[in-house]
Amino acid sequence: MQEYKHSVSLDVKKCKGCTTCLKRCPTEAIRIRDGHAVINSKRCIDCGECIKVCPHKAKRATHDGLETLSDFKVKVALPAPALYGQFDNMESIDYIIEGLYRLGFDYVFEVAGAAEMVSAYTRIYLGKPGVRKPVISSACPVITRMININFPYLSDNIMPILPPIEVAAAVARDRMTEMRPDVSPEDIGIYFISPCTAKVSYVKNGFAGSKNNVDRVLSMRDLYFRLIDVMDGIEVPEHAASSGMIGIGWASTGGESSAVFNDKYLAADGIENCIKVLEQIENDDFTDLDFIELNACNGGCVGGAMTVANPYIAQARLQTLKRYLPVSPNRPREVDVPDRFFVDENVKFDPGMLLSDDRNEAMRMMSEIESIASELPGLDCGSCGAPTCMAFAEDIVKNETNADECTVIMREMFHDYLERHKDTTLADAFRDYRSRSAKEKDGSQEPHA
Amino acid sequence: MAENVVFHFDVDGEDFSSAGGASVTVKKKLRQLGIAPEYIRRVAIAMYEGEINMVIHANGGSADVIVSDDEIKIVLTDTGPGIPDVSLAMQEGYSTARDNIRSLGFGAGMGLPNMKKYTDTMEIDTELGRGTTITMTVKIA
Repeated sequence: MQEYKHSVSLDVKKCKGCTTCLKRCPTEAIRIRDGHAVINSKRCIDCGECIKVCPHKAKRATHDGLETLSDFKVKVALPAPALYGQFDNMESIDYIIEGLYRLGFDYVFEVAGAAEMVSAYTRIYLGKPGVRKPVISSACPVITRMININFPYLSDNIMPILPPIEVAAAVARDRMTEMRPDVSPEDIGIYFISPCTAKVSYVKNGFAGSKNNVDRVLSMRDLYFRLIDVMDGIEVPEHAASSGMIGIGWASTGGESSAVFNDKYLAADGIENCIKVLEQIENDDFTDLDFIELNACNGGCVGGAMTVANPYIAQARLQTLKRYLPVSPNRPREVDVPDRFFVDENVKFDPGMLLSDDRNEAMRMMSEIESIASELPGLDCGSCGAPTCMAFAEDIVKNETNADECTVIMREMFHDYLERHKDTTLADAFRDYRSRSAKEKDGSQEPHA
Repeated sequence: MAENVVFHFDVDGEDFSSAGGASVTVKKKLRQLGIAPEYIRRVAIAMYEGEINMVIHANGGSADVIVSDDEIKIVLTDTGPGIPDVSLAMQEGYSTARDNIRSLGFGAGMGLPNMKKYTDTMEIDTELGRGTTITMTVKIA
């Protein structure tokens, strides 16, 4: 299997090896080893939680820099609708569109416009006979990857239609090719302006297969100050935004669902809430649903790790901005979903959690894990470098760490030692410990407790 | 032939909000063992229903899951009131849950029928005033 490419990176110098990200990672993908965080790429779903919570700013999103704007002769910007909620005191979205042109983009195609198309296609798709319900939105790449790793039974429920980012890229490329017959196709660069890390990974891993049309992914945060600078100088925008209420609504949770025009939907956000919803859906716990919208970030895309504004403030701004806009000006006229907007093949189960390919070996390991875990304190303190005692037991059995990393057991052993050597002072005990561990290093190994 | 793997859970009778927790943990464990998704789902549903039943009717109990080469066995044991009429309890929609439980969306009378539906074998051993033990198996390939 091809190695999964991620978009979260670590600045080892800044990482203190604290347990903040360790405890917040929803897939237990992080361990602290040699004093700093390490991400297991098989388990990482690029949700960006660790970037958001890191108190030392050691976790960073990797994305394309603004210098890549010189990579292509003709540049197309695809702003995600969350971008519109980032600016204070902005009267109209037209200023952002105009600002993007002034930054050097030759054409701007709003992802919100493509989202209106996807909303229309979703309504068509939901009405098709034999569709497996509830249909789960394909828009959030964290959720689709989460389903691939942990909810294989639900992978057929993911809507097989391309997400707005990809529909936008395809339409923008077509239009550009038409508008600029003088430019060869490989000179056209499609730049997605992203609110989150997961979209970066989505593009890097070519999730859309042959239909992947995005060339570069820029961070909303990088573009923010550049845009403010140019927007300040705009008197009257020459270019206008063309998306409507439905498209802009996709930036926050509930927007995509309400555009389905069907009451039988559920919309949830925050990765932990989404996981709980998926658990219950998998158990057939509530069956009367047609559509499920899940967004890994709090508040929806406005809560992405590469945004600037507080997600709820951004959402409030969007409410004002979209108030007098038409409902869905980009709604397509087709009566069926065009073939080119269907995904080539459904996402495949990726058994990132598997202990061993050999069932017998996996069972042996599991028994050992259970037995070790029953001896551990169960505090889930994280000092050993694993998020929970159970995860620590797994790591021991997988030979990724060893049992003496448990500081609670170590403390008990220390007290026990002091009890047996009542006449010894603390200083003596340390001296004794040091000389013994030096001996161990020399090779005269004692068995570990 | 691998040795059986055994998981044991105490199901807390006081707490509705944590009911179903053992089922979630078992799902994760079975994934780690590489059990096929369809089997995992059936085990998870049967366990979930069983856990909810123990919380509603028996003030909790315990759940044991035994994974062997060819099957997954689930044993749910409680010391609750017992089931007076098993064949009645097995009917879809028959429920003795109180209204406050139903208002939470539970007690629809689908617990035992679903447990039977999603497993290959199910045995109910119940005695009034003493408790109930339900043993279910899901055959795995």
